Amino acid sequence: MRFVFKTSYQQDLGLFRDGIQRNWYVALLAGLMLLPLLVPAYLVDISLVFIYGLCGLSLMVLAGYTGLVSLGHAAFLGIGAYAHVYLAQDLGLPWVVALALAAAVTAGAGVLVGLPALRMTGIYLTIATLAFALIIQEVLTHWETVTGGLRGKAVARAVIFGVSFASNEAFYFLCLAVLAAALWLTRNVLRSPTGRAWVAIRDSEIAAQSMGVNLAAYKTMAFAYSAGMMGVAGGLFAHKIGYLAPDIFTVLLSIQFLLMVVVGGLGSLHGAVFGAVFVAMLPVAISEARDAVPAWAAQVFSAFGAGAGQAVGDAVDRFVKQPALEPGVFGLILVLFILFEPRGIYGRWLKIRLYFSTFPLYKVATFKRQKVYMRSERLR
Amino acid sequence: MQLLLNGLAVGCIYGLVALGFVLIYKATELVNFAQGDLLMLGAFTCYMFVVWYHVGYWLAFALAIGLVALFGAVLDWAVLRRVIGQPQFAVVMLTIGLGAMFRSFASITWGSEIYTLPTPFSARATRIGGVTVSHEYVSIIVGTVVLCAALYALFTYTKVGVAMQAASQNQLAAYYMGIPVKRVFSLIWAISAGVATVAGVLLAPVSLIDVNLGFIGLKAFAAAVLGGFGSIPGALAGGLTIGVIELFAGTYLPQGFKDVAAYVVLLLVLAVRPQGMFGVMVRKKV
Amino acid sequence: MTLFRAEDLAIRFGGVQALDGVTFEVEPGSVFTIIGPNGAGKTTIFNLVSRIYDAGRGRLTFRGEDITHVPAHEIARRGIARTFQNIELFEHATVLDNLLLGRHTHRRSRFVEELLFLPRVRALEIEHREAAEKVIDFLDLMPYRESLIANLPYGIRKVVEMGRALCTDPALLLLDEPSSGLSVEETADMAFWIKDITGLLGITVLMVEHDMSLVSAVSDRVLALNYGRPLALGTAREVQEHPEVVRAYLGG
Repeated sequence: MRFVFKTSYQQDLGLFRDGIQRNWYVALLAGLMLLPLLVPAYLVDISLVFIYGLCGLSLMVLAGYTGLVSLGHAAFLGIGAYAHVYLAQDLGLPWVVALALAAAVTAGAGVLVGLPALRMTGIYLTIATLAFALIIQEVLTHWETVTGGLRGKAVARAVIFGVSFASNEAFYFLCLAVLAAALWLTRNVLRSPTGRAWVAIRDSEIAAQSMGVNLAAYKTMAFAYSAGMMGVAGGLFAHKIGYLAPDIFTVLLSIQFLLMVVVGGLGSLHGAVFGAVFVAMLPVAISEARDAVPAWAAQVFSAFGAGAGQAVGDAVDRFVKQPALEPGVFGLILVLFILFEPRGIYGRWLKIRLYFSTFPLYKVATFKRQKVYMRSERLR
Repeated sequence: MQLLLNGLAVGCIYGLVALGFVLIYKATELVNFAQGDLLMLGAFTCYMFVVWYHVGYWLAFALAIGLVALFGAVLDWAVLRRVIGQPQFAVVMLTIGLGAMFRSFASITWGSEIYTLPTPFSARATRIGGVTVSHEYVSIIVGTVVLCAALYALFTYTKVGVAMQAASQNQLAAYYMGIPVKRVFSLIWAISAGVATVAGVLLAPVSLIDVNLGFIGLKAFAAAVLGGFGSIPGALAGGLTIGVIELFAGTYLPQGFKDVAAYVVLLLVLAVRPQGMFGVMVRKKV
Repeated sequence: MTLFRAEDLAIRFGGVQALDGVTFEVEPGSVFTIIGPNGAGKTTIFNLVSRIYDAGRGRLTFRGEDITHVPAHEIARRGIARTFQNIELFEHATVLDNLLLGRHTHRRSRFVEELLFLPRVRALEIEHREAAEKVIDFLDLMPYRESLIANLPYGIRKVVEMGRALCTDPALLLLDEPSSGLSVEETADMAFWIKDITGLLGITVLMVEHDMSLVSAVSDRVLALNYGRPLALGTAREVQEHPEVVRAYLGG
């Protein structure tokens, strides 16, 4: 076991626990910056991972840290994307200004959603955000002058201060930079009084109020910050996909974001990134599996004869190639994680780390879930 | 007048789905985001019996209800029982995941096209006092009334209703009092799934069956919230209200408003009077 | 000059008159205890002071100002802190985080400054930390500083809750049944702490309590309630010997 010996309060305040942790993260950053040299073919996919990471971060702040679960975050992504494209292309504003304004507009939308949300708790808030997202989807479809309606809107490559970011490498670094900046800013907020107030709102609103936390102000701040970050992600997302249409920003996308946050690990910044990697890589994994599984099944069953193997291989192939399978797999993964690993990937990583650091004294009960059986205890 | 009938009929469907929500919520405090997808499964099951196996309509109806109710109970036994006592958010995510799985399953088993369910009421109408009344819509309203009467009798005159309330307030204490909480919950899920099936089969002639039929559940949310999430008559009242509001929105407001009318109402209700028409506001006693 | 005054407090919950005409005053630096059988309305008074409920009738005055209709989150800023009967700590945070939240009313940084974590914010955080550490020293919470609340036993949680209230640097501290669930030694510790809070820290304590030994040990004045109505007001001994109080507790 290794103990971290603390000699000053600054160590608790710092970004990293100690020099070793900092070095790990520096190495990670260096690795990410060298990635374009190693796997140039996957840069576009990894840029999407970064953008999803931003989305996951945004939802993590709102749902994981403040406890306001939103089923409509794809709507904010849509607002950010359309606003940025409209401002940058149709109005011709400089890229940075357009992105900042798009973030501001989305933050404003977040405040709009947040205002009625001040009076709602728990499930009602979730339903309200869902309703809001559906309304926004209709608005995006019908506001033809700005969004181009169902015909969609083409998005040109980014040009910042005259420098074109059209190449995959440039866009990759742009997304990486934005994600790193967002992580740093969010970490700063979370270790200051505002972040603590948000966590207090999540755990016990009444106690937070008694300690002087203005619930309305902080909830609105959380919504605004989360939506603003989503707006920035929206701008980058628009550039990544190249063509905007209202039916990209559906409830299903919101559910994917929520999946990202839950699978990654609720209540931690690592969780947002892990979840983003998971959700972005899942379609790739599924398509790989679609090719591999029938062949594997055929091979296994060929023990019963060549004909049986072929037949099974064909059947499995037919089953696996169906397009409708993908949301089912997402659903299954979500269900399995909730049932067996509610702390998500980051939780599992913590358990593994604890296992090795306290070996051989690890106890499974350390992470045992607290179950609350009385209704009055479950209300917040 | 005919439009009003249609609106009421659609409202009845919303009411039935909302009823399913409220039943499960009252008993187990879970919000079942997969309720709409259970409706879809029920409709498909009935379709399967009628079209694939050539069973008579009423028998297929009964079989579908039984099968999906059993499925609901098994779902509770296998999956939802494990999340008793966990925070509400986790359960919401669970039901969302289950809903996605149901849609996938339906698409794989029955195909992803749009299907029609032949019923004794299809495309038949009667003229009453100068108004053409379509049998399909009447069947919806009549079916809803019959079902609600049956459920009312069940909850008022049997011990199940009291057992439900006890189990919903404090599961541990209910156990100590000898209530088989797990079985009560499975029963509630079975009833709720059955109600969803009835709604699905009644809806099928009107809106045709396809995999995305379950999205009607979202509007039923608005109905449940409007009526008050803990109130059974409220769910029905809410459903009817939403049906009528949608109708008027479709008639008098520009294009596209009809779809969002339900959600706008939802947001208004949540902002102004979160407990809806008949619900009660619950807060923690400190 | 009285620190806190409640005049003719009354509130109904549906058909139940939870409080009916409760009046009392709290002098600065003293310990004022409210006693009464269960359901008498003692915690309701606290909830009215914390502005979780709205009073149907009556007035609350703190430091000369009328706080009957002040928003709930303003109460802490004015200098009133409270603990809760069933502990309302932040389960998934550490003891230190809970205490640091108690410092929220002393937040002097703005959101944008926090976003960038400017040196000013860093310095303020160190200040908050030092204030929290003083409370940790006072309540002997050093071994539990980094523990999650969810892992702590009940007695320690009660102490942490009191510590969180102390971190707000209040003028008036509301303690809701501080000794419930505590053993005899822990209750004796609590008595010492309450005496230190008033004696050393100069904080006035308004307390709801059932344990009569604790009440007699620390209280300056006692109010007895039953069914929302005041029965007796005086020193601990006077109230305990009052015939109506005896009847309320023992029946007959």
